[in-house]
Amino acid sequence: MSRAGDQDRLEVHIKRKSYRKATGGDLQVLGDVSITIASGQVAALIGPSGCGKTTLLRIIVGLDADYEGTVGLPARGRLGVVFQEPRLLPWRTVEENVRLAAPLASDAMLDSLFGTLGLTGHRSHYPGELSVGLARRVALARAFAVEPELLVLDEPFVSLDAELAKRLRGELAELVSRRPVTTLLVSHDVDEVIGLADRVFLLSASPACVLATMPIQNPRSARTAAEVVAIREELLSKASVARN
Amino acid sequence: MNAALRLLSIALLLALWVAASRLAGPRLLPDPEAVGLAIVAEARSGALAFNLGVTLARVAAAFAIAMVLGTLLGLAMGRRRLVDRIGDPWLVLLLNLPALVIIVLAYIWAGLTETAALAAVVLNKLPLATVTVREGARALDLNLDEMAQVFRMSRWKRFRHVVLPQLSPYLAAASRSGLSLVWKIVLIVELLGRPNGVGFEIGTAFQLFDVTKILAYALAFVAVMLAIETFVVQPFERYVSRWRPRPA
Repeated sequence: MSRAGDQDRLEVHIKRKSYRKATGGDLQVLGDVSITIASGQVAALIGPSGCGKTTLLRIIVGLDADYEGTVGLPARGRLGVVFQEPRLLPWRTVEENVRLAAPLASDAMLDSLFGTLGLTGHRSHYPGELSVGLARRVALARAFAVEPELLVLDEPFVSLDAELAKRLRGELAELVSRRPVTTLLVSHDVDEVIGLADRVFLLSASPACVLATMPIQNPRSARTAAEVVAIREELLSKASVARN
Repeated sequence: MNAALRLLSIALLLALWVAASRLAGPRLLPDPEAVGLAIVAEARSGALAFNLGVTLARVAAAFAIAMVLGTLLGLAMGRRRLVDRIGDPWLVLLLNLPALVIIVLAYIWAGLTETAALAAVVLNKLPLATVTVREGARALDLNLDEMAQVFRMSRWKRFRHVVLPQLSPYLAAASRSGLSLVWKIVLIVELLGRPNGVGFEIGTAFQLFDVTKILAYALAFVAVMLAIETFVVQPFERYVSRWRPRPA
């Protein structure tokens, strides 16, 4: 393994990742996975549940150093991560949670961030007083507040009702377009990523490898409903072709 | 209602005391009035404040040192298996060594000094604090640890905002049991080898068979500890658990 910087690009080449099983022997979770995301692009990683997506993310953000391959992070390497669970400090307020992760964030920037995410009235609340949807917004706010060079989101809308997930996706899209940042979004749901991504990587079932890559040319804001349906059809057909 | 019950309970205790004193005679068990007067007399002479102060200072110093060391050791043992393996037998040894043995050895090896006295008290309290904090360290949330890691929080920030709040219930438990243990051991240490303090006064009173004075000092010190519990420990616990949602 090695880590090398290359401007604001993310370059991941994993050859193999396996866990030692409790009963002895190795369990391979990742096969050959190569992912490149250009600076400021939003890439989505789609694959079936349990295919190793979270493992891949943990490797990319540096929480797991035991793998074969290389990970090239953006040069300055400031990371904004949204985990599957909000992972907020229950004993600190919403604002403190964000400021602890992003000590350099300016007041004006936080004001606008809290405003966009509808958190203005909740700044002095403790996480235990928030709904799941609000807690996830705080996690989003925390990731954006560090003004990351790389933003990583692990199924950020899972277990939210459809309406709320849609609204949060819209807020995420707005944040990403306001300040372009190299973004990796992981999901098991095609619909979730179509409105957001510039490029989609399809992963196979475990041990994961990249089945297909699909760039989406149209900018996010200009995508019509018909185009979204078309993109979706193409993705689903690619997925089934690759599987057979 | 609660306050009334509390008062009733205290009144009952005083009544029992008076009755027992009548039965046993004032030499063996002086009544509350005699003890109260003795407290006032000791307070007037200044001896009470001086001795309480000296003992309290020893309690505070020993308690602080034991808690800081116990927290560091407990954290290290709870998070690093190697440290736990090496430290555990020492812990078992210290836990099971009678307080008196530690005190006597400390005085023999280091002389009848303040350092020896404090070291003896600290060594008595340390293993208990360590064991409690170790439990807390084993229960630390790995998810929050990872969060702190990816957001590049400094070591101090992680300790202050991620680790310490998770340990606070364990630290509170260690403080509670620790404070009452420490002051009892400080009294023995003073009895055996110090020229002042509540323990020393009680030792002198014991030699003169002065039960009034023994009770006067004991009760005065219990009152001080009660005040610390009510005005320091409990407000602190409320402060560190302010984020927990309370039933309205």
